[in-house]
Amino acid sequence: MASYLFVRLGQAVLVLLGIVFLTFFLAFIVPADPARMIAGQSATVETVQRIRHELGLDQPLGAQFWRYLRQVARGDLGRSYAQKVEVAALLRSRFPATVQLMAAGILCELLIGLPAGILAAVRRDTWLDRSVMVGAFLGVSAPQFAVGLLLLYLVAFRFALLPLGGYGSLAHVILPALTLGIAGGGWYARVMRSAMVEVLSQDFVRTARAKGLPPAQVVSRHALKNAVLPIVTMVGLDFGTFMGGVVVVESVFGWPGIGQLAWQAIQIVDIPVILGVVIFSAIAIVTGNVLADLAYPWLDPKIRYQ
Amino acid sequence: MADVAVTPRRRRPPQAWDRLKRNRVAIAGLVVVAMIALVAVFAPWLAPYDPAEQFPEGLSQEGRPFGPTARYWLGTDLLGRDLFSRLLYGARVSLLIGVVANGAALTIGAALGGVAGYFKGWAGAVFMRFTDMMMAFPALLLAIALSAILRPSLWIVALVIALVNWVWIARVVYSQMLALSAREFVEAARAIGVPTGRLLVRHLLPHVIPTLLVWGTLGISTTVLFEAALSFLGVGVRPPTPSWGGIINESQSYFLEAPWLVAAPGVAVLLTSLAFNLVGDGLRDALDPQMRGR
Amino acid sequence: MMRRACVMLLAVVLLLPAMALSQGAKGAVVIAFKDDISTLDPAIGYDWQNWSIIKSLFDGLMDYEPGTTTLVPHLAESYTISSDGRTYTFKIRRGVKFTNGREVTAADFKYSLERTLHPKTQSPGAGFFGGIRGAKAFQDGKTKEVTGITAVDPQTLRITLDEANAAFLHTMAINFSHVVPREEVEKAGADFGHKPVGSGAFRLKEWVLGQRLVLERNPDYFLKDRPRAAEIVIQVGVEPSVALLRFQRGEVDILGDGIPPARFVQVMADANLKGLVVTGEQLQTGYVTINTQVKPFTDVRVRRALNMAIDKTKIVRIINNRASPASQVLPPRMPGYDRAYKGYAYDPAAARRLLAEAGYRNGFSTVLYANNTDPNPRIAQAIQADLRKIGVRADLKTLAQSTVIEAGGTRGRAPLIWSGGMAWIADYPDPNNFYWPILSCAARGPGSWNWAWYCNQKAEQMAKAADAMVRADQAAARAERFQAMYRLVMADAPWIPIFNERRFTMRSARLSGSAAIFVDPIHIPVHYDEVGLK
Repeated sequence: MASYLFVRLGQAVLVLLGIVFLTFFLAFIVPADPARMIAGQSATVETVQRIRHELGLDQPLGAQFWRYLRQVARGDLGRSYAQKVEVAALLRSRFPATVQLMAAGILCELLIGLPAGILAAVRRDTWLDRSVMVGAFLGVSAPQFAVGLLLLYLVAFRFALLPLGGYGSLAHVILPALTLGIAGGGWYARVMRSAMVEVLSQDFVRTARAKGLPPAQVVSRHALKNAVLPIVTMVGLDFGTFMGGVVVVESVFGWPGIGQLAWQAIQIVDIPVILGVVIFSAIAIVTGNVLADLAYPWLDPKIRYQ
Repeated sequence: MADVAVTPRRRRPPQAWDRLKRNRVAIAGLVVVAMIALVAVFAPWLAPYDPAEQFPEGLSQEGRPFGPTARYWLGTDLLGRDLFSRLLYGARVSLLIGVVANGAALTIGAALGGVAGYFKGWAGAVFMRFTDMMMAFPALLLAIALSAILRPSLWIVALVIALVNWVWIARVVYSQMLALSAREFVEAARAIGVPTGRLLVRHLLPHVIPTLLVWGTLGISTTVLFEAALSFLGVGVRPPTPSWGGIINESQSYFLEAPWLVAAPGVAVLLTSLAFNLVGDGLRDALDPQMRGR
Repeated sequence: MMRRACVMLLAVVLLLPAMALSQGAKGAVVIAFKDDISTLDPAIGYDWQNWSIIKSLFDGLMDYEPGTTTLVPHLAESYTISSDGRTYTFKIRRGVKFTNGREVTAADFKYSLERTLHPKTQSPGAGFFGGIRGAKAFQDGKTKEVTGITAVDPQTLRITLDEANAAFLHTMAINFSHVVPREEVEKAGADFGHKPVGSGAFRLKEWVLGQRLVLERNPDYFLKDRPRAAEIVIQVGVEPSVALLRFQRGEVDILGDGIPPARFVQVMADANLKGLVVTGEQLQTGYVTINTQVKPFTDVRVRRALNMAIDKTKIVRIINNRASPASQVLPPRMPGYDRAYKGYAYDPAAARRLLAEAGYRNGFSTVLYANNTDPNPRIAQAIQADLRKIGVRADLKTLAQSTVIEAGGTRGRAPLIWSGGMAWIADYPDPNNFYWPILSCAARGPGSWNWAWYCNQKAEQMAKAADAMVRADQAAARAERFQAMYRLVMADAPWIPIFNERRFTMRSARLSGSAAIFVDPIHIPVHYDEVGLK
């Protein structure tokens, strides 16, 4: 396993390099000039040019990229063009909140989705199954902004049960996590349901039932095992994407996560911050997928490491 | 874990069609899908008003839109335009995106993910790292860059969505294929000499179908909303062309004041993906009775 | 197992105290913003949000009387202007201290201005001081100091200009000229923007990135009864609709981003909430720029036709009457506004006739750019519909702000641009600020904000002549000169002025201070020095 991890680490570095270059290239061809954004409305042409020169933006793409790589290799992610503060400091300030929301969000998705999916599979083709299915689609189709705003308005404003957005205590993470759970739970419910249905319809289940084994035991031992593989994959994916920031939920609840930082940076073409966020989320995504890949052989012994 | 026996599944379309016909829920879904498609095609004849016309009487003196009235069946939007007409015309964009873009992402993702998961090895690893890279890619930045370079059109949006979304399904199919290809029946089939292509399509693919169905149907909702985000950034449909996701996007901060502006297109999106889901489930049950169970 | 987890979660949720976590002491004024504060460095900060906060942390030679556009000396006790209008001598107040204890001297002002001019600082405001003698040489690296700025003695500062400029004193009031302590700047380096040390009414107590800023009263401030508030808590990352909910619950005192457009009508209809709203004018004009270098807009008749085609009252209604229709370049509150001038009346028939006269009987196609933040796409669609009625088929591009700004500054790229959300709020309350950066020949070039690419040499001469009238007794004549100049510009129709936004600020009942400080044209959303608790 150690050698596997080593190989994955090497691959991760290559992936990061690729992503950084692609993003750099994109930022280069986006028709928006960071120097102009910093210089603001009344700046003279000379001011804009001077700022562009100070930031090194008048150099060719290759030279800029090489300079950036050398800088990152030294551990320096640079400074935001607009705020002049260190990118690393910005990322660090957003990290705890992002992790907290990611964990709580995934937990909510599982808590909502898995029981719903199991219920739907076991009571297949009944009204319960159908309503769970409709509920899953409803949750996925509903725009997160509206759901979040509605939850805030009802729970936090009307009935004052929870804080009106913000960050700090456990009470603050409940509504944002719930919003994510509603949006994502439907996926887990559907995947869980179809995985269980596949197993429940197989001969050995009928045999077990005929033998008199309690259905719950049958379900837990075989059906869950079948479902857990795609579920674990999805959790790995969610880990990566949530760590990259969920800008809509963060906006509504005022959650100081990476998503808001990335969104603001993209608006003003603050390239160092954009690159910093991309590196951060790339690391998270690769980590999430590696963890999932590591889990597969453990969950299904027949799968071997690549 | 028990293995699924290798039985030759010979397609018998006439019997499958019979089974489908008997499935009333699936037929209901098919009817809804057909209706939506008809609405999309015949929108110019069905819509009571021009979707781009801004009626001065569509807004109050303070600029507030109206809810459903006799004149405007679903009310007006924030510019005084008839929501019902906009919804009908919006079906064109959203259906195209939800079906074509989503379908393309599904096909590419399933094919590439399945192949990588089956063959594994060096090529598989390269491919999976490539998907990692695509996942971490800042799609928003890509959208802004594209919006300036290319002439925005619906096909560009479909392309961007397909390019961005296939990685998720690829990853899930990959993990499933890892498990499937490790089962004994696959070793057995290889030992007998079943050609790889046949093995993949005839024997392994059916196990992946349920996952594909989930992604194909729930994915309609997410791609419709994603299209709205892309149009917002200037990549896709240009105003005043309506799309369901676009209407939701421009109205969602007014959700507490004018909920019908979000609810109407939201329900349309919901109905479409649900309908496709019912049809898909029915198709799967009809073609593979073994999956259905008693 | 699953059931137990559910029960436990439920228990945890129910047992949590329902707390409204107020993020500031009861004795603090709380204000909420959506965007994070970018920087508090006076040489760099240039967005409407940090502009007023910087004004409360730092001071300049001149300032404005609270709630007005009247220029008065601030850290300067008095000043004299030479007879040729090119040399200003400021007498600096004694006893003004930075918050690190040191007294402010003339040398500090020289340092601060040179810092703004120095290319390494990357200050957006360097251009405001380009008229100081020796500034260009200093910026090009030819000299080690700006020869036109002299600290004659610790209490006297002399500044010599290349040419007389009637708006010069305004530039001594904007943030870019505010005084900073050299030793603190050198100590903090690039982090000075997050560790600001100034001489202002407040000093920075705490800054949690992405969450909040806390300002506390500066006990050594030279005005003894200011600031009125002991502490100001600035929350960031708050969506405007949520800020309103917090306001209604008493957790927030001022809505930094104003009343959210989505809730505006409901707020104004509610008697309780309406009483907490303060209305005022802004130094702002929203306009459509017409690129005078792109066909068919090279023909002034076409430009005038466009001006007659837009129904401005309808557009104002779309934004819930939060603005008044505009007839000219300057906003009503700006000195020099021409009350007698009515502009182009809404007359689509006349517009079509004019187009036919210019040879476009069947209209033509063009492109309209706009910013994609609400309500600008809607306004742009309304403009698009109006243009359609006279046969002009405008393709609408709603893009990210940075992209639109770039398109505007690129020659021949953007035929029409709706300026909403991007331009133009005055830097200082002088009529020349609406000309030089956005309509002058001098500003026309790649990267400028003169998106109409307009150049009229006659207007340029008129503006220059008006700017040379520096004496106080010439103020009325100067205003007249500008009026005449702007009428000339409007006859050329490089813009379609659409509306002047009004400001609507909400403030809680427990705040003291006259209504004027909440719609102070210079300080948005409130004059922080003047606001307090009852």
